[in-house]
Amino acid sequence: MTLSSVLIVAAALIGIGLYGALSQQSFVMLMMGLELMLNGALLAVIGFWSFALGGAPEGQLLAIIIMAVMAVDMAVGFALVTAVYRKRQADTTESLGTLKN
Amino acid sequence: MGLIDIAFILLSAVAVISGWRVFVTDSMVRASFLLLLSFVAVALIILLMAAPYIGVATIFMMAVEMMVMALFMVMFMMNPAGLNPMMMVHQNRFAIGAGVVAFAGLSLAALATDFVDNRVDPAKRVVHDLGIELLGPSMLTFETAGVTLLATMVGAVVLSARSGRFGASDEGSLPPGLEPGGEPAGRKPEESGGHHHHHHMHG
Repeated sequence: MTLSSVLIVAAALIGIGLYGALSQQSFVMLMMGLELMLNGALLAVIGFWSFALGGAPEGQLLAIIIMAVMAVDMAVGFALVTAVYRKRQADTTESLGTLKN
Repeated sequence: MGLIDIAFILLSAVAVISGWRVFVTDSMVRASFLLLLSFVAVALIILLMAAPYIGVATIFMMAVEMMVMALFMVMFMMNPAGLNPMMMVHQNRFAIGAGVVAFAGLSLAALATDFVDNRVDPAKRVVHDLGIELLGPSMLTFETAGVTLLATMVGAVVLSARSGRFGASDEGSLPPGLEPGGEPAGRKPEESGGHHHHHHMHG
């Protein structure tokens, strides 16, 4: 296990997440793609912290911030999906042509 | 090759393959549990990299988050159990290309860069250091994250609530009429009501 191998795994997760976020029609699946990208980012941050930063605590702090971002994007994302579905009966990206109302 | 390397290879394979299966499986509930599997594998890799606090916190957080995800899947998807084959994608080729380019570019950068070799000392008290950091020099950052989460909770309730304290929550979002008391100006959604359509195209 080296820093490069960890970063390659993180890059694979980010690539798959990007594919999911760009290709999925369902809002919930799209959010799964975003979460997968954040998963890769978390792995990369901890990789850098563990192999190149000598365990400086600021690296772990950055990982905690990433986890907070995950929670925020899930909560706001699901709230938006609920609001959009209530107004428009829409659950896929194609059913939304406008952000108004 | 030591035990840690073998564990790392196995866990990476689990993380990447289950992450890929998320977007291939027909069942939405299975998709969220596959995503959970991917997160748990990454958390175990993080444990291997001597960050016990972050690894365990990831497992706990993701277990809860993916249960919520599975619930929403059942609520919003027409095919939660995966009884019918399903492929709901758009711009598939472009998305595959973008994913491959992102992976290739990031891996190339990782391979081409000469990183500093400064490993964490196994004897280092990393959780202790993190606690001191969180409640010491980085307290403002930590508290800001807490306030952000509070704002998220408020925002989520405001966005998803059917009505506010003073009437319909979207009242203020309607544009004013062109003449006093007239129809609201601007585009209206074609349908807003309690009809139970599932798939509904809006032009």
